Amino acid sequence: MSQRFDIAVIGCGVVGLAILRRFAMAGLKCVALEKGADILSGASKGNSALLHTGFDAPPKSIELQCMQAGYFEYLDIRQKLNLPLLETSAVVIAWNDDELVKLPDIREKALANGVTDAKLISQTELRMREPQLAKSALGAVLVPGEHVIDPWSAPLAYAHQAIAHGAEIMRGAEVTKATKQEGEWHLATPKGEVTARTVINAAGLFADHVEALIHEPDFEIKPRKGQFVVFDKPASKLLRSIVLPVPTERTKGVVLFRTIFGNLAIGPTAEETDERENPINDTATLERLKATAIAMLPALKHVDVTAIYAGLRPATANSDYIIRAHKAENWITVAGIRSTGLTGSLGIAQQVVKLYAKHFGKLPKKLPAAIWTPVPNLAEHAIRPYMKGGEILCHCEWVTRAEVAAAADGPLPATDIGGLKRRTRATMGRCQGFYCAAYVTSAFDKARYGTP
Amino acid sequence: MEHHSVIIIGAGPAGLSTALALCQSGAKDVVVLERETQAGGIPRHCGHKGFAPYKNFGLMTGPNLASLLREQTTGLDIRTSTTVLEFTLRGSLRVHSTQGITEISADKIVLAAGTRETSRAARLIGGNKLKGVMNTGELQQRVYLGGEHPFRRPVIVGSEWVSYSTLLTCRHLHAKPVMLLAEDGENAAPSYFSFGARLLGTKVVRGAKLIAIRGNSAVEAIEIERFGKQQTVECDAVVLTGKFRSEDALYSNGYLERNGYAPAVTDGFKTSKPNVYAVGNVLGHLETAGLCMAQGRELAKVLFP
Ligand SMILES: Cc1cc2nc3c(=O)[nH]c(=O)nc-3n(C[C@H](O)[C@H](O)[C@H](O)COP(=O)(O)OP(=O)(O)OC[C@H]3O[C@@H](n4cnc5c(N)ncnc54)[C@H](O)[C@@H]3O)c2cc1C
Ligand SMILES: Cc1cc2nc3c(=O)[nH]c(=O)nc-3n(C[C@H](O)[C@H](O)[C@H](O)COP(=O)(O)OP(=O)(O)OC[C@H]3O[C@@H](n4cnc5c(N)ncnc54)[C@H](O)[C@@H]3O)c2cc1C
Repeated sequence: MSQRFDIAVIGCGVVGLAILRRFAMAGLKCVALEKGADILSGASKGNSALLHTGFDAPPKSIELQCMQAGYFEYLDIRQKLNLPLLETSAVVIAWNDDELVKLPDIREKALANGVTDAKLISQTELRMREPQLAKSALGAVLVPGEHVIDPWSAPLAYAHQAIAHGAEIMRGAEVTKATKQEGEWHLATPKGEVTARTVINAAGLFADHVEALIHEPDFEIKPRKGQFVVFDKPASKLLRSIVLPVPTERTKGVVLFRTIFGNLAIGPTAEETDERENPINDTATLERLKATAIAMLPALKHVDVTAIYAGLRPATANSDYIIRAHKAENWITVAGIRSTGLTGSLGIAQQVVKLYAKHFGKLPKKLPAAIWTPVPNLAEHAIRPYMKGGEILCHCEWVTRAEVAAAADGPLPATDIGGLKRRTRATMGRCQGFYCAAYVTSAFDKARYGTP
Repeated sequence: MEHHSVIIIGAGPAGLSTALALCQSGAKDVVVLERETQAGGIPRHCGHKGFAPYKNFGLMTGPNLASLLREQTTGLDIRTSTTVLEFTLRGSLRVHSTQGITEISADKIVLAAGTRETSRAARLIGGNKLKGVMNTGELQQRVYLGGEHPFRRPVIVGSEWVSYSTLLTCRHLHAKPVMLLAEDGENAAPSYFSFGARLLGTKVVRGAKLIAIRGNSAVEAIEIERFGKQQTVECDAVVLTGKFRSEDALYSNGYLERNGYAPAVTDGFKTSKPNVYAVGNVLGHLETAGLCMAQGRELAKVLFP
């Protein structure tokens, strides 16, 4: 039997979930369809998790608009959803004279983009701020508003809030066909057919494939891979700010940053690739990243690597986000949300709802009262569940049995160990499962399936 | 603040034998803190033979040795499900238990936190993130504690004697390792181990480097480089053995001075902090349980002459 909705969002990455949340909170009946076994199966699974001010974004772009709107909405709602903010600031560092002369332009661009507190700092100020940095750092632009957030809890909180407002999330529901009958979309998925008046394509790395279900797409996703190396916890004491390079014509360069989980990471690379799923790490690149990190922060030489990962940016040939309403088709395309979508997602959602109201249907006059669905905190600098006691299962990340059980329960339970990791941090630490993987898996299976 | 004369961190063979020897020589107020639900350390999940309390290798299984140790130490103050989170700046311990977090101090603190193997990430091995890549520690917990059958045709990487322990686990599972990949390493096991591997029917490949692990949702193959040539080997799991490194969570922030990746110690197991001692595998090498226990007895003489 077909289920009918006002809105169907295809894709449960951070962008799709933020859109779902907005529509649900506006009082529409919506569903999100995700092909993966869990939400965050695509680009949103592995990123740098920086909350950007947009200081270096292309001026006047939709991207800049969405990032800034998203930035402010995140700050506005984060406490009500228990989402963390690690206030780090960023420094764009000049490592040589060529880069030093470019700093004033970077500041000018920031000012033009409305980031008015960006300022130049001297080598002395930089050293006082970041005493562990290699001495070859010559000066910097300080951007106080750049911060670090939790890449997984934010979209999870958006999903939970959408569900609380009546939205449905169907996982394992790849949309394979879209047909229009009597003004309604019929979407075929392995979980059955879904009917909706308006469809939002937020399929990230597969947005062009999904677009091709209804018409010849006018864009192509050209994934760009980013690899990362994560250092063990003591490394995070070596750095305060996010360290950004001066961008060159060719590349934006790699970033050194603290993670919300109390580590320090370097990345991402920018590599053209055909991979759209399961991005591959390669040893040579990882070794290079590690060496680069040590060159910038020499004390890292004595710190172990905790984790490696890679993410795929859903890039297109277009230099801006693609957010477009296809009026005749009752379809909104949201594609090419490359490297700033975690920040931009809430802003993108605002735009999409506006587009909808303009072209496809009125929003209900009376907004339902907002329901807030706080998520468990995973941030290292804030209060975590283990602090109140309980049995610790994952000894490196201090994850309790109760957290594992909670992640296996509720309206959007984790479906596998990857999902569990993103909801709890379990097995993410320095031992990578040597001590606890077996215990964690069996506790998870027991909570989820009732069998150890 | 709760205070004791000796706190031992870790109830593995080293910590337990230190505690036992201390109590036998009349020391009072010795407390052992163990983060697992049960004392015994690594041997709890080494289901094969090879352990002995008074010499290097013997015919006891790990779990037998662990329960012998628990028996011998009944009556001592051993607190399980109790994790030492960190040393505080004033030298006390921040301790987590099911009740919450407290601070405990001691005249003397013994670090007996053991070792772990180097993970795939720390080895910077490329490829996809996949199920079926694990260390021996995880494997043995799955097999001997969880009764799982995680694979049929694994590749075993490593040439230290612990790789042999992995082979024994495979035999227990009736799994047929595709090969034992002996990378060029510092701690290569003596040749009788590779003789042993061949006796168990496993091909030993030396001088190769594991480049990448590939597959879709689970491991399907590995890529290795040998004599400058790349080669693909099909398998359904990869067990990364050895390259042990000290469990450094409590001192990697610089609280104790280090020697390589282990706490620096002078004779008598003394670390750079006057009241902190380190014993057993936390010193950075994989020694046998028997040897770690002997170290514990020696340390007890230093602590309570
Ligand atoms: C290396 C890297 C670093 C980054 N750093 C940052 C950063 O620091 N700050 C920041 O703000 N942003 C950052 N980003 C960007 C951010 O991660 C992306 O912009 C964002 O994740 C894109 O989300 P999405 O929802 O558009 O796409 P996705 O996350 O790919 O979501 C699309 C979803 O659709 C699903 N899907 C696909 N096809 C179908 C179908 N037919 N039916 C149903 N479901 C389907 C997929 O499984 C997927 O889950 C970074 C990205 C990368 C890769
Ligand atoms: C796969 C494998 C096979 C082996 N086979 C053999 C064999 O055949 N024969 C043999 O003799 N030896 C064998 N060994 C070696 C033997 O297991 C070790 O020598 C022995 O366990 C070392 O004892 P230990 O007390 O130093 O450390 P461990 O046994 O590792 O014990 C350390 C304890 O400290 C606890 N701990 C760590 N940090 C904290 C903290 N912060 N707070 C509280 N508690 C903490 C841990 O939970 C653990 O219980 C093998 C080892 C492995 C890994």
